[in-house]
This record gives sequence, C-alpha cells and structure tokens, in this order.
Amino acid sequence: MYGNEHEFLERIAGPMGWFYLSACAVNLLAAGRALRGRRPQRAGAWGAVGLTFAVLGWRAFDGNPAAMPEACKDAIDAVLGPVTFTLGSFLILWGLYLGRRVFVRPAVAFAGLNVSLLFLGLSLTDAQFAAVVIQPDNVPIVAMVYLLALFTWLSASAAVKNDRRLGQGLAPAEKDQAEKALVWPDLVYTELICMILASAVLLIWSLSVQAPLEQPANPAVTPNPSKAPWYFVGLQELLVFSDAWIVGVVVPCLIAFGLMAIPYLDPNPQGSGYYTIRQRPFAYGVFQFGFLLLWVLLILVGTFMRGPNWGFFGLYEVRDPHKVLALGNVKLSEYFWTIWLGRGVPQVAADAGSLAQFGHILWREIAGVTLVGLYFVALPPLLGRTLLRRLRAQMGFGRFTLMAVLLLAMMTLPLKMILRWTMNLSYVVSMPECFFNL
Amino acid sequence: MSLRDRIRDSQVYRSIFRHPAPVDRRNRVLVVVSNLVLHLHPVAIPKHALRPGFTWCMGGITCFLFLVETITGVLLMFYYRPTLEWAYNDMLALRDVVSLGVLREVHRWGAHAMVISVMLHMYRVFLTGSYKPPREFNWVVGVLLLLLTLLLSFTGYLLPWDQLSIWAITVGSNMARAVPLLGHEGPGQQILAAGDTLNRFYVLHCVAIPLLAALLMGLHFWRIRKDGGISGPL
Repeated sequence: MYGNEHEFLERIAGPMGWFYLSACAVNLLAAGRALRGRRPQRAGAWGAVGLTFAVLGWRAFDGNPAAMPEACKDAIDAVLGPVTFTLGSFLILWGLYLGRRVFVRPAVAFAGLNVSLLFLGLSLTDAQFAAVVIQPDNVPIVAMVYLLALFTWLSASAAVKNDRRLGQGLAPAEKDQAEKALVWPDLVYTELICMILASAVLLIWSLSVQAPLEQPANPAVTPNPSKAPWYFVGLQELLVFSDAWIVGVVVPCLIAFGLMAIPYLDPNPQGSGYYTIRQRPFAYGVFQFGFLLLWVLLILVGTFMRGPNWGFFGLYEVRDPHKVLALGNVKLSEYFWTIWLGRGVPQVAADAGSLAQFGHILWREIAGVTLVGLYFVALPPLLGRTLLRRLRAQMGFGRFTLMAVLLLAMMTLPLKMILRWTMNLSYVVSMPECFFNL
Repeated sequence: MSLRDRIRDSQVYRSIFRHPAPVDRRNRVLVVVSNLVLHLHPVAIPKHALRPGFTWCMGGITCFLFLVETITGVLLMFYYRPTLEWAYNDMLALRDVVSLGVLREVHRWGAHAMVISVMLHMYRVFLTGSYKPPREFNWVVGVLLLLLTLLLSFTGYLLPWDQLSIWAITVGSNMARAVPLLGHEGPGQQILAAGDTLNRFYVLHCVAIPLLAALLMGLHFWRIRKDGGISGPL
C-alpha cells in the first residue's frame, strides 16, 4: 500500500494523464472515421467525449486527477457481494445475448468502451482499487478482460451479420470469400506485421512494468491471503464451495475431459467455419456460460475481490483482515435429520465394525446420496424426453448420456453457489471419514 | 549485371534458395513449398482465412510467444541456478546487474500473454465451429496444448523463489495433493518434498514440458494442413 494519499496521487498522476490522453486519441480517431462516413452528429458526439477525456487528462497531468465521488464508491461496494456480482454478471450477459442485434452496433459497443474507460479512470484514483488493479501480476487480467470484450463483440457482430444472411437464404459471409489466395505474399506479410506488433506490445509492456519480486521465500511467513497464479484463482475460488481435492483434481480433470469431448458430443453439422449463433444456440450458450461465467468470472472474483481470509471485499473497500465473515456450514444431513425430521443426526457406536460404520455413514447421508444419485441418473433421461428431445434423437443414448452428465456436472457449480447463498449449505454429501464431501 | 542479380546468380545463393525470387506465381508457390518454415502453410488458402477479423491471429501469436519464451528462457538459464541458496540471489542479479535488464520481464509478461492468447485462440476455434469434422482430433491436441501451457506457466511461477512464488505454488499444489491416498500420504509427498521441488520444477519447466509441447505443436500444425486448412468442412 502507499504511504499517504498525497504521495499516491503524485505517483499516479502522470500515468493517469497518459491513460486519458490515449482515451481521447481513440475517440478523436472514431470522430474522424464518422466524419469520413458522412455522419456529422456521431462525429460531434465522439469529439465531445474525446474533449472530455482531454480535460480529464489535463487535470491528471496537473496533479489533481478527477476521482469518483465517495458516495458512488460506497454505493458500489454496498451493492457488490458474491451474490449480486455473480447473478448480476449472468443477467448482464444474458441481456447482451438477447439484445445482441443492438449491442453489436459499433456505436453502441464504442459507447460501452468509453463508459468502461471512464469507470476505470475515475476508480484508479482510489488507493485500494489501484493497489489491486495495478499489481504487476494483475495487469494481464485487466488486459484479458478488454481483449475478451473486444473479441466477444467482434465474433458476435460477425455472427449477427451471418445470421441475417442465413435468414435471407444467403450463404455466410465467409463462404463468399472462399476463393483462394497465395500464402506468399498475403499471409506471410500479415504474419510479419502481426509478429512486429506483438513484439512491440511485449517490449513496451516489459519496459514499463517491472516483473514482481517480493521478499525471499520464507515458509514460516504465510501471506494472507495466499493466492494461486491468476489462471488457477478461479479453481481456488471454488474452495469456498467444495473440498480441496475435488476442486484441485476432479474439477480440472472434468474440465479437460469435457473440453476434449466437445467435438464428439456436438452432433450439429452446421456452423462449421463461420461465425453464427442462430445455427448453434445450444453449443454457443453452453460454451459461453462455462467460459465467461464459470471460468473468467471466478478468476475476476478471486483476483479482485478476495482479500484476507478469502473474504469478499468491495472494489474500494479497505482489506481489513478482521472483517467478520459469514460461514456457510450447515450440512444437508443436518437439515434433513434435525430440521426437517426433527430427530437428530444418527450416531454410531465407536466400536462398531467397519462395514457397520460405512453403512451408518450412508444412512446418515441418505438424503444427499439420493439427491446426487437422482441428479446424475434420473435427470439425463428426463432431459432427453423433455427439453433436449431433439438432441437425444440426434445423438443416441450413449453420447447423449455422456453429454448430459458432463453438462449436469458443470451445472453443480452454480447450483452449489445458490444453495450456499440461500440455505448456508456447506455440503450436500459429507463423508469426511472417506475424504468425500460434495 | 547488377550486384543483386550477381548475388542471386551465385552458387551459394542458389544452393540455399532453390528458385528465383518469389515475384511471379510459379516462384511464389515454390517459395512456400521449398522453405522449411513456410511449408507449415499450404500454398494457397481461402481469402477469409487471411482476415485478422476472422482468425484474430491468436494461434500465430501463441506460436510466436512460445518462440519468444524459448529464446528468453535459454538466455535466462545462463544466469539462473535452481538451488535454494542461489535462486533468489540470481533474480536480484537479473534485475539489478545483468545487461539487457528486461529479459525476465519479457519472459514473464510473455508467459502471461501466452496463457491469454491460448485461451483466445480456443475461443475463436469454438466460435467458428472449427473443431467440427474433420478436425475433432486437432481440437483434442489443442486442449492438451492448453494444459501444457498452464503447466509451463505454473512450473515457471515457482522459480524466482520469493514469497509470491512459493505461496502461489503451495496453494496450487496443495489442492492437487489433497487427493486421497495419492497425495499427502502417498507419492505426492515425495514429488513435492520441499528441497527438491525447485529443481524438479526447473527441469519440468525448461526441458520436459517444452519438449512435449514442441512435439504436440508439430502435430497440431501438421494436422491443420492434413485436415484441409484452419476451418470449414473438407
């Protein structure tokens, strides 16, 4: 953290100025483009936004960067919790998906970019926000968020265009460019330019951000919190909801296996070699849900919002290690026996045989075991008869069952989150005696 | 005869490039066929596969970053000793003493960038449906390469031997070691025994995983050609 507010502002003022100047330049370029396209109103709008960024940049260079009002920060922190953040992101992505025809318009997407840049700029003057976001190892995550937004927008706009063409009975745009071009010179030069750009970005990045090097390794001093490398922080975040070996071994294996199985579980011959959503809504939806919400979003939560003791902190909230955290530690067996049946969790004599002990454990966890069994055994055929009838017919029994089980396994994650938030449920099946908790 | 023509006409030049300059169609085809690096490509590709808007260039950038990591990695190996008494000191020397002081930065940020570019490459391949027949197996190879990239980055994360690295690796490997029977109580204990971990991660990071990755990359690129280009049905 930084010594005092004044010192912090002094350090950050210069980079902030350059940040705003770049934002201004991007807007002026957009304005120029709009002018050439004979759209004076739009050019005026981007020009005005660019000027605003220029003023903000001038203030920053002057050593007095504009800050987000405290009331605004407090409101954001008050609203932001694990539930609102996850559900909110889901609803936003769902809204973007439904309204994609509007949101892929360049003007709308560009306005969104400007809002996000303004938000980032105003927030960076907050010492707590800056301490998390400008941490050298977190810079790539911010870059990843912007790249993901860019490419999701790019692919969605190509898909919307293709879907419109497909609706008119035309071939997708990629098929119109099916004639061949020679690799030398066209592709080779594209690759060369791309290579030079990538080298330039990497060099500038390396010259401006020093690689982190903390104190020498000391097994006696555990940092709080200790975080895995950022690409595994999403898995670490799952520790909140499940056991270490399930999160560290079973889930990664399932993810890897599920990814490898995708080509063999997607029976849809359409949408090969061009962007489309309309011809493969199911595959598109499942992948985006798994990738953007379950993988990327959890990385963001784990990196930016988890503080000491893995507590959830708002973006501007001081990371106080003494913050009181709510524990979710009611097992389903306790709900079942104590609260719903009102007769106490069954106990077994300590000197009983191992078989009897095992039988007892199963009896104790009967509600959870039944539930999980039904979920994985009964739901796939049920889905095959109802919601996913078409897929079931296309895929045959074996493939469909595998696909449904993998899909249901993925869905255990959001389900577990919801159960945790609503019922304080820790485990559906809890057999610590056999190292097994679900 | 101009100097350029004389060079082009010399025995040395003609022994390296077995055809005239690629200025006409015939020689533009020959340059791709007869050059070891260029022959990763077919001679001609569909026009849409040229557009960065379609490919996002992420596969190529990933390959490029792998090369950058290899080169900077070899340079770093000249300075770095994977032992408890030297690892951290060599980091300090790399930061403060060694000329070309951005080596470690390029290596580290390149590694982060490679994780991101692999994910984006996979994202593009999925969104264009390029895993569909006949490319199912190449998608599988790609997933393996994604895992190897993550493992490369993970094993490299430990090498600075500072607080950041050992605790990040401890968190990560503790999750894997929590597996019943094979973890803390079994082989996992020995693989991750404190003193030896650094050396084992070093060998994995510098030799074992890169070799495997290079092998799979060869397969990945070869299959792109055999499967008829980057996307679309055969």
